[in-house]
Amino acid sequence: MQDHSDKKANEKAGYGTTGHEWDGIQELNTPLPRWWLWTWYASIIWAFCYWIAYPAIPMVSSFTKGVLGWSSREAVIADVQGLQTLRGPMTAKIEAASLADIEKTPELLSFARAQGAAAFAVNCSPCHGAGAQGSKGYPNLNDDDWLWGGSLDTIHTTLQHGIRWDADKDTRSSMMPAFGKDGTLKANEISATADYVRSLSGLPTDKGADLALGQSVFAANCAACHGDNGEGNQDVGAPKLNDKVWLYGSDKALIMERITLGGGGVMPAWSTRLDVPTIKSLAVYVHTLGGGQ
Amino acid sequence: MDCITAKKLSFGEWGLSLILALTAVGAIVVAAKAWTPEFAFHAYLFAAAAIASVFAIGNRYFARPAYTPQEIDGKPNYNFDPVKFATLAALFWGIAGFTVGLYIALELSWPIFNLDLPWTSFGRLRPLHTSAVIFAFGGNVLIATSFYVVQRTCRARLAGDLAPWFVVLGYNFFIVIAGTGYLLGITQGKEYAEPEWYADSWLTIVWVTYLLVFLGTLWKRKEPHIYVANWFYLAFIVTIAVLHLGNNAAIPVSLFSSKSYIVWSGVQDAMIQWWYGHNAVGFFLTAGFLAIVYYFIPKRADRPVYSYRLSIIHFWALIFMYIWAGPHHLHYTALPDWAQTLGMTFSIMLWMPSWGGMINGLMTLSGAWDKLRTDPVLRMLVVSVAFYGMATFEGPMMSIKSVNSLSHYTDWGIGHVHSGALGWVAYVSFGAIYCLVPWLWNKREVYSLKLVNWHFWVSTIGIVFYISAMWVAGIMQGLMWRAYTALGFLEYSFVETSEAMHPMYIIRALGGGMFLIGALIMVYNIYMTIRSPEPVALGSRAAFVPGE
Repeated sequence: MQDHSDKKANEKAGYGTTGHEWDGIQELNTPLPRWWLWTWYASIIWAFCYWIAYPAIPMVSSFTKGVLGWSSREAVIADVQGLQTLRGPMTAKIEAASLADIEKTPELLSFARAQGAAAFAVNCSPCHGAGAQGSKGYPNLNDDDWLWGGSLDTIHTTLQHGIRWDADKDTRSSMMPAFGKDGTLKANEISATADYVRSLSGLPTDKGADLALGQSVFAANCAACHGDNGEGNQDVGAPKLNDKVWLYGSDKALIMERITLGGGGVMPAWSTRLDVPTIKSLAVYVHTLGGGQ
Repeated sequence: MDCITAKKLSFGEWGLSLILALTAVGAIVVAAKAWTPEFAFHAYLFAAAAIASVFAIGNRYFARPAYTPQEIDGKPNYNFDPVKFATLAALFWGIAGFTVGLYIALELSWPIFNLDLPWTSFGRLRPLHTSAVIFAFGGNVLIATSFYVVQRTCRARLAGDLAPWFVVLGYNFFIVIAGTGYLLGITQGKEYAEPEWYADSWLTIVWVTYLLVFLGTLWKRKEPHIYVANWFYLAFIVTIAVLHLGNNAAIPVSLFSSKSYIVWSGVQDAMIQWWYGHNAVGFFLTAGFLAIVYYFIPKRADRPVYSYRLSIIHFWALIFMYIWAGPHHLHYTALPDWAQTLGMTFSIMLWMPSWGGMINGLMTLSGAWDKLRTDPVLRMLVVSVAFYGMATFEGPMMSIKSVNSLSHYTDWGIGHVHSGALGWVAYVSFGAIYCLVPWLWNKREVYSLKLVNWHFWVSTIGIVFYISAMWVAGIMQGLMWRAYTALGFLEYSFVETSEAMHPMYIIRALGGGMFLIGALIMVYNIYMTIRSPEPVALGSRAAFVPGE
């Protein structure tokens, strides 16, 4: 190590040491840096001013409110009111207008789509996807294949009351039986029916598939809801089986799984969580995504 | 005279052995009646550790001399073996903690890394990471350096015979219980205080022993005054004891269950949690590591401490003001406005007291700045103090309510924490370890200063990647959350903010990876230092008398 003569450096610093030494360590007696001290004083003075201005000192049953009279709760209320004032006139119009009129009036339509998009991103995208593209078990909302109807009114009803949402007595409900689990159909019947379902939309079937058996099982058990030719029924939310759109997938194994387990998807009833104009805007937003009828 | 006394089992030896044997029996009973296999596993660990300790005490008895003198030839007979153990434990836990940190950074970038297993899910690995780096790595560094510094600056052998070993081994056993508990899903869900009641109780016993060993050594000191580093260590030990007891006041469901319930509830619980949480930063990660600054920087730079007066003022100001700052973690919550105000204003008033430590650390180099060019260890120590200054400016700034309304709950907080954790705490620890290991193992210098230089640059670039990525991610996230369209609707959904931050998450993982590589370079360097045959150069640190 170089020679850093303590004495020389200390003389340069201008202050001596305290005279103590620990394991070779000494301490200079340098005064507090002025800028440091004054900045600290300033922060303390600022704190006292802040205590006078804002809620600060706890008392026996309350606390000092501060001369500015600010409170975080009132600030939140003011913020929310500010938003309501901003949106207010337009949301009032949305609330008053019919769904069809909203779509016909450009001013209302653009507002409803903006409100719908924001509400969709927060509430709907976790299941239906950010672009409403859907995923396995969650319908794509961009296409024209609808389970419970794609008109403005049917979409609106679905949003309000949900699907198989027991807490809402007007919820859309229907339940596909668990044909395999309940023992209604035997394994070979399920297999044949799955092949027959695939044949409805022109998909290839297994070699030696018993389409005749499949057809008779389908006619006896499935046609009541899904239609004689698999055309579906929006009154009971029964999907169309003769097109290329598949909610759970078109693999034979997946179709057999649905026949075996039955059931159906669940969607919450949003009328208990979102206000009337938001649900109307959502209906318009979904309807105008591309597949509305 | 004492030297000819026949060897006897000391009161401490048979007393502790008896307590440990009883603990082992009790732990086996608890294990047999435990409500869950996880808790039984922990009880068996307690039993195994207690039995192993009894054997270790026995072995040590046969190996030790009849009498351990306090001084040899008028020089203190320092007890450095527990210091060595804690130093190596710090290295081990450091690598473990950094690795888990890198892994969870990858989980955040690519969730597939969660592996769909409960044990490897982010929720369990995250506390494993934070506890491993703060309490396992940082804690062992603090125990090692405090036991070293208090002996050297008091010119006295560590108080107690078995007690220092009990502290070091007991603390590391606590780490094992805490860490395996997280992986098995045992947690009380309080941030940085996740271990359950039995681990907390064990830590209390260890920590009180730590305090007694430290106080006992101060009591025996041969110096007329207590050195400033020891004030900071003492403040750290005492305050952590108080915080630990206050925040972990819990009632176990049963002696045979790992589950307990905190006695505090609602907003009081939140307030006590952040009184604890913030002062864990203030007293564990600040006061304790400032003690390291006050010993290792003047020692390494071979210069006197810049200002004794500043050290007094900033010490008392720091410990008085830090304790009030916790509520700034609860801005805009159910916590009453007055408490939020106090948390924020005390954080602002704390700015200069924090910087007092930075000034004293940096200005101690006056007259020796040129050493920064040639000594990468000193550079690491000094850069740590610079990061300390940066983090203690950023902290008060983020405590200002209007800033906090943007920064809170975002990754800015993660960036802030890591500029403190990587830049300050880890760097000052690395610097101290690079000094300490040659001193403890009687070597002239670390194996390779060139490798220290590599460690410094690789990890510094890593830190810069890490914290700038988190600043950008956090501020972007905060701005996206609060963005409204002209019509008054939220502009972005949550998932859009996550998607926007994804590139930053990858950069963060890259930075963390570089930091880990730097630490691995250090471990190699330390390993080579310890096994190098080079004897200590006479003169420089020849005051050593090997312990026992």
